[in-house]
Formats: sequence, structure tokens, C-alpha cells
Amino acid sequence: MPEPKHPIPEHFVAPFDETPVAAVDAVKIDEKKSNLWLDAWRDMRRRPMFWISALIILVVLLVSLFPTLFTQVDPRAADLEFTKAGPSDGHPLGFNNQGQDIYARIIYGTSTSVSVGLVVILMTFVIGTIMGALAGYFGGFVDTVISRVGDIFFSIPYILAAVIVMTVFSEHRNVFVISLAIGGFSWPVAARILRSEILQVKNADFVMASEALGLSRMKTLARHVLPNSLAPLIVATTLSLAAAIVAESVLSFLGVGLPAKDFISWGNDISAAQRDLRTAPMTLIYPSLALTITVLGFVMLGEVVRDALDPKARAQR
Amino acid sequence: MNGTTQQNEENTVQTDSAVQPLLSVRDLRVAFGKKKEPNEVLHGVGFDVYPGETVAIVGESGSGKSTTMHAVINLLPGTGRITGGSVLWKGREIANLPRREMEQLRGRDIGLVPQDPMSNLNPVWSIGFQVEEAIRANGVASGRKEVKQRAVEVLEQAGLQNAAQRMKQYPHQFSGGMKQRALIGIGLAANPELLIADEPTSALDVTVQRVVLDHLEKLTSESGTAVVFITHDLGLAAERAEKLIVMYKGNIVESGPSREILQHPQHPYTKRLVSAAPSLASRRIGDDPSVPTAPTSTFDLAALAEETKPKVGKGEPMIEVSDLGKIYKLRKGNFGSEDFHAVSGATFTVNRGETMALVGESGSGKSTIAKMVLQLEKPSSGSIRIAGEETAGLSGRKLFDLRRTLQPVFQDPYGSLDPLHNIGNTIMEPLKIHNVGDAASRKARVLELLDQVALPRELATRYPNELSGGQRQRVAVARGLALKPDILVLDEAVSALDVLVQAQVLDLLAELQRDLGLTYLFITHDLAVVRLIADRVCVMQQGRIVEQATTDEVFENPQQEYTRNLLAAIPGGSIELGVS
Repeated sequence: MPEPKHPIPEHFVAPFDETPVAAVDAVKIDEKKSNLWLDAWRDMRRRPMFWISALIILVVLLVSLFPTLFTQVDPRAADLEFTKAGPSDGHPLGFNNQGQDIYARIIYGTSTSVSVGLVVILMTFVIGTIMGALAGYFGGFVDTVISRVGDIFFSIPYILAAVIVMTVFSEHRNVFVISLAIGGFSWPVAARILRSEILQVKNADFVMASEALGLSRMKTLARHVLPNSLAPLIVATTLSLAAAIVAESVLSFLGVGLPAKDFISWGNDISAAQRDLRTAPMTLIYPSLALTITVLGFVMLGEVVRDALDPKARAQR
Repeated sequence: MNGTTQQNEENTVQTDSAVQPLLSVRDLRVAFGKKKEPNEVLHGVGFDVYPGETVAIVGESGSGKSTTMHAVINLLPGTGRITGGSVLWKGREIANLPRREMEQLRGRDIGLVPQDPMSNLNPVWSIGFQVEEAIRANGVASGRKEVKQRAVEVLEQAGLQNAAQRMKQYPHQFSGGMKQRALIGIGLAANPELLIADEPTSALDVTVQRVVLDHLEKLTSESGTAVVFITHDLGLAAERAEKLIVMYKGNIVESGPSREILQHPQHPYTKRLVSAAPSLASRRIGDDPSVPTAPTSTFDLAALAEETKPKVGKGEPMIEVSDLGKIYKLRKGNFGSEDFHAVSGATFTVNRGETMALVGESGSGKSTIAKMVLQLEKPSSGSIRIAGEETAGLSGRKLFDLRRTLQPVFQDPYGSLDPLHNIGNTIMEPLKIHNVGDAASRKARVLELLDQVALPRELATRYPNELSGGQRQRVAVARGLALKPDILVLDEAVSALDVLVQAQVLDLLAELQRDLGLTYLFITHDLAVVRLIADRVCVMQQGRIVEQATTDEVFENPQQEYTRNLLAAIPGGSIELGVS
């Protein structure tokens, strides 16, 4: 040590009563229980955006399940007398080119959009979870095969793929076929998200601890690794529900979606209304608005869920 | 709090006339969280750093020691902000200085050696690039050649061999010690007047720590740089710094000349800290067992260590390892591989009721042995017999049954518990896996285990993130004990804990061993801890056991050069203690 060029420090002791010493490592049990999901729920509950999006989604679900509660008008009834007629009593949004009630069609179109959205995300979630979990946890050969298959699917633009699938199944288009066309090509994204998360979690000590306890690898995966890896996938899935609803509309708009004669769908109506954009813009705007609000509801929910599941984002607000 | 500041100010008044302090902190308050409901973490901290002085700020995690220095250089994370007080740098106020002016100061006048060498180097840039970047940013040298030359110089100064070649390497090619040297080099690149070293060596092996710190001391004393050490290690602080500042919960509880504080600690917290620090306590134990431990000591470690000693050789062999070897294939080039002997020719026996410590630095193969004993890795050669049964070739059912006698407790208290399972389920898991008892008896066992590890029963429905590191480690011990095993393999089980908590957990382990007749295989890098808990020691170096003896023999009469080095590297070992 060098020669001190500075004064020798005084020995200072803080007054004991002002700096009380607590018991070592005392246990605090008066606080609320907390883990990732509990905290996330507590955080979401406090955000207005959560309640707004929940309200939108609730209404949308109600409409799709019980359309008759919202309108008594037959959405298929066409009366050319009312072609492009404006709003009138009992027909708040007026009529489209076919003389069909726009409001009724929007109400009945909801279930198509919502069910396509739900089936698609369910499919992506299930396939993505299985593929991603196996690839991430077992690695090696399994990983190589799954990742490369995923890459192949991933390399095909899903709209192109969906167009092809829908063309092939042109005779049997229904909600499941269109969901398969959309979902069948979007699972690689989900699988990748989960895989990378699992790669991190599987190295945690608690995974090794379970293995040392004698828990089989499959059970360790299901009980410890997967639950700790799902958060990012859940966020991505919530957000992709909106994308799936849009995709259905896009395919319908392109004429390769659900056949207009069998299914009432927002996409079909938007597609049909484009010719009347100048003469009767409302026929286009109303179904688009319904689509936008629904998508907004799910996107907002996705955002809220993402923020709630990310402790860092929570701390910064 | 007011008293703190006043008294500190008096201190400066007396001394101010002589030399101007380099850094002068007064009544510093820092808060985190929202503006409306701030959470104050520093409650008026004040101290001086004079030119060329070495000051150590000591405290447990959460004491505010890092926050203090981060506030000084305006690097508070997240919502942290200075809410009061002043920070004078050579008489100039720098608290809440505009960012640009602060950037001028950082690096050039105040260097920082960050805590974690693993994450503080950018993995995508070469070491050379990062050192050069620091040099350029601080304007020490200009011109490609000059900068490069200075970078090599800086790394060489920091004690990195072959610095010129190493410049092209990437952080992952560096060991922890080498990374920390590079960071020290970066911190000192611009010859700052003050160097803040935030736990600079807490991630390093003791011998590496000693070399790095020796080197740092030499460098800073040559250039007259003042150093502020932030550390949790009292021994290290006392050995390296002239002045000690002990922090507790955002307050300075004691400060003054290092040795004086260690020999005559006044504040109850400091007393507690001094008596629990294993690096210091290790001097005491065995030297004179008749001397009672400090009255302020909460944990009678010395007495416990005494009690466990006569057990040597008692009981039948529980773990017999003979000629154990483990070879990993390292990829070399694009094709082909090279054998890496992680462990070779390891032979030792642990008897029932005894604690065997495997000591070594990182890469010595101690954890590999632990994994092989736990049957998580297959040995390449040799044999392991657990409770008399040969484990090689065991599989399926038999292996599953073997696990009941052998349980692990891992190092990382934050990683070893599943965050989504509550404490009760975590402790219950081994019982479920091994189908022991029914729901009711399992529940009863969980409560019993919680009692055994001295945790309140209410914790059963709580989640791991609500617990402190020490509490989590106790939960991990409870889980390990659930199946009533004979052997616990403790892999660095107390290394990540603060001294007071560490003492508490060691205390618990010793008590459990006494009550339940457990056999411990204790893997650690910390020789100081070994003295407190182990009956016998195997010292490992590069995959081989270089010395094996009883703890007393190893400490009092080490046979190998390597062991002597390890012992000499325990910080603060040479400081005489006088706990009042």
C-alpha cells in the first residue's frame, strides 16, 4: 500500500436506534401470494385496456354464439327493392347491393370470423407446442428434423399456401378447411418461439433436480419445463388470433375463402362491396369496421397479456 | 439518519483542511419506483474518498452498496433516481449532471469495473475491439495504430498474457479471470483518478481472485488511482482497503480504518457480520476451542464445527469412489475430436455421518464428480459404490430406487426451485415421484420438513419468488430430505448466499447431520466454508485429487503447493481478529 496522502479516516458508528438490526433472513408471510401467473393477473386487472379488450371480446363472443339476440332479420333475405338503400327503421345500417340487411349480415358473419380465429390459434398452439417442446427439450436428431420441417413450412408464404390449399379443396370449403389452410402454415413460428424458450429453461437447476429425483424426462418436460416456457407462446398466440381473423377475410376477399353462398363472412361482404365503393361506401365500411374492432380487441388483449407476463415491462410502467 | 450525516460532516470538517477529497458524498438519498410512492433505498449516505485511497463498501445484497456507487456515476437502473443530497467530484456537484457531461466524466475520470465478467463483455465483438472502443471513447489515444498499441498495453498491464494475440479473441474464448482482467483493463484504460470496482472478483476462483486483486492493487498504487471496492466479503475488504464502510439497509452503520473495524466492531450489525464471516472465523476455529464465540454471534459455528469433528471414520462407507474418470470429447476443428479428462483417477470414501468436502477451483472436476455420484452423468472409467452397491450399469427401477438414498442440493437458490410450483408441492414432489404415502401423510411430511429446516409452515402455499436466497436454499434442503435419504450431495449449496445467511444454512446443515446421521458430499470452491463443515477434504486440481486428508491436517499442514496457494488466497486470512 502506498504512503497515505490522505487523512486517516475516523471510526464512525451509526447510532444503534436509528439503524436497527433485524433478524437474519426473516420470513415475510404477510405479503400477497405471488408467482408469474398470479402477478400477471393482478397486473392485468388494474389496466383499463384489459377491461376494454375483454368487453369487446365478450360482446364478439356473445354475438357469434347467439346472433338471434342481436337481430331478428334474416341475413340472407334479399330484396332488390332495397338495393343500397340507406338506414331505415329496423335496419340501422341500411342495405347492400343485394338488398340484404348489412347489420344482420355483420352479426351473422361474426361467428365465422371468430370460429376461424379460434380454430386456427388452437391448432397453431397445439402443433407448435408439441413440435417446439420436443425439438427444444430433446435436441439433437429430433430437433434437426422438426426444425427443418418447420423451415420448409415457414419458407412458403402462408397466403400462397392457403390459396393453394383452398383451391385444392374447392369442393369442400368449410371453417375447418380454411383454418387448416391458415393454421397449417403458421405453426412453425409458434414452434420456434417455444423451442428457444425451452432451450433456456431446460438448463435450469430445478430441471436437473427433478431428474436427480428420478422423474422421467417426459414428465419433467410436462411438469416443469413446459409450464415455465409457455408465457411467450401464449402472448404470440393471443396476438396471432387477430391475424387469423384477418387472414380469413383476406382469403374470402380473394375469392378463395369460404363460399359466399354457404357462409356469411365479413371477408365475403367486403369483397362483394368493393364494386359499390363509390355509390354506397357504407356497404364496405360497416363490415370493415366490425373486423377492425374485433381485431383491435384481440390485439389489445395480446398486448396486455404480454406486458403482464414480462416483469421488466411491468416494472417500467 | 440525521445523526449519520452530522457526524460525517464533523469528520470532514476536521480533515478538510489537509487534502481536498476526490469524491465527497453527502446525505445521498436514492429512490426507486413511481414518483408518487417512491421506495427509498438509500437513506442519507455520506463519505469521502481521497486521492489514492482505497475504500471498501461492505454489505449484504440489498444493502445499497452498489446503488450508492451507481448513483455517484449516474448509472442507476430503471426508475432509480437521486432524491436528495449531493455528490461532489473535486468540489464540483455531479449529482443529476446532464448525461453528456456525465459521459465525459465516466471512463476518463471515474472508471468502472463491473460485477459480472460473464455478461459485461459484448459477446459479438472481439476483446480487442472492446478495449479499443473504450480507449477511443475516452480520448486517450487516437489513430489506429496508437489505439491498438494502447489496447495491447492496457491488457498486458491488466495481466493478460499474449495480449496481442488475445485481442482477436472473443469473450467466450476467455475464462472468467481473463474476462475480468480485460474489464479491469478497460476500466483503467484512461488512467482514471477513481476506479469503482463492483464485486470485481466475486465470480472468480480464490487464487485467480488473489492474482487479479494483487495486480489491481499494484496498478492503482503505481498510478495513484483511488479505488472504491464494493464487496460482500469482509475479509477481502479488510485486506485490500484502508477504509471500510459497512452498509446495512441503505444506511452506513459503521465506517473507519479497516483493521480497527474488524478488531473492534461497534455496531451490532458489524459485530454480527464479523463473527459470521467464514474467511475470518476459519482463523478462530480449532486455534483455541476454549475461547467462546462472540456474544453477538447468532450462530455458534465454531462449536458446531467442533462437535462434528470426532465423527471421522465413524460408520460404514456410504460413498466409495475408486479410480473414477470422466472423459469429454471436445470438438476440434471441423472434424475429429480431442479427449478432455474432466476427472481422472479419483478415489475417496465417505463414511456414514461424515462430511467430505471436494474443494477446487472452477474446472477442477469437482462438479463432474458430484454429477457422476448423483448418476446424472455416466463415468468413463472407475466405479462408484453407494451404500455398498455398485452403481455402474444400474438402470431403470434400481437406479430409481437408488435415488432415494441420494439427494442433491444445488448451487443456485434461484434456479433450483420451479417458480410455478408452490413450496409445499416442491417439497412434496420427491414423495409423489417415489409414491411414498398418501395425500394426507405427504402433507404431514411437508410440514415436518418445513419445521426441520426452520421455516414457518405457512410457507407451504407460497411461491419461490417470495423467498430470499437463504430461504430457498432451505426449501431445497427440505426437498432433498423428503425421502429420508442417507446422503446429501451439496453442490456449492451455500456459495451464492450472503455471509449471515450462509452461516445460518451451514448451521442448519450441521444440525441436521447431527440429528439424522446424514452423510454429506460437500462440493465447494470456498476453503473457508470447508473448515466450518467438513470432516475430511479432497483438494482437486485439473481433474485430479491432489490432496486428501482430514480438515485439520489440510489447514494446519498442507502437503501440496497447490493447497498452500489455495489457503493463502483466502482473503483476510492474515488479519488478526478481535471480536469484542
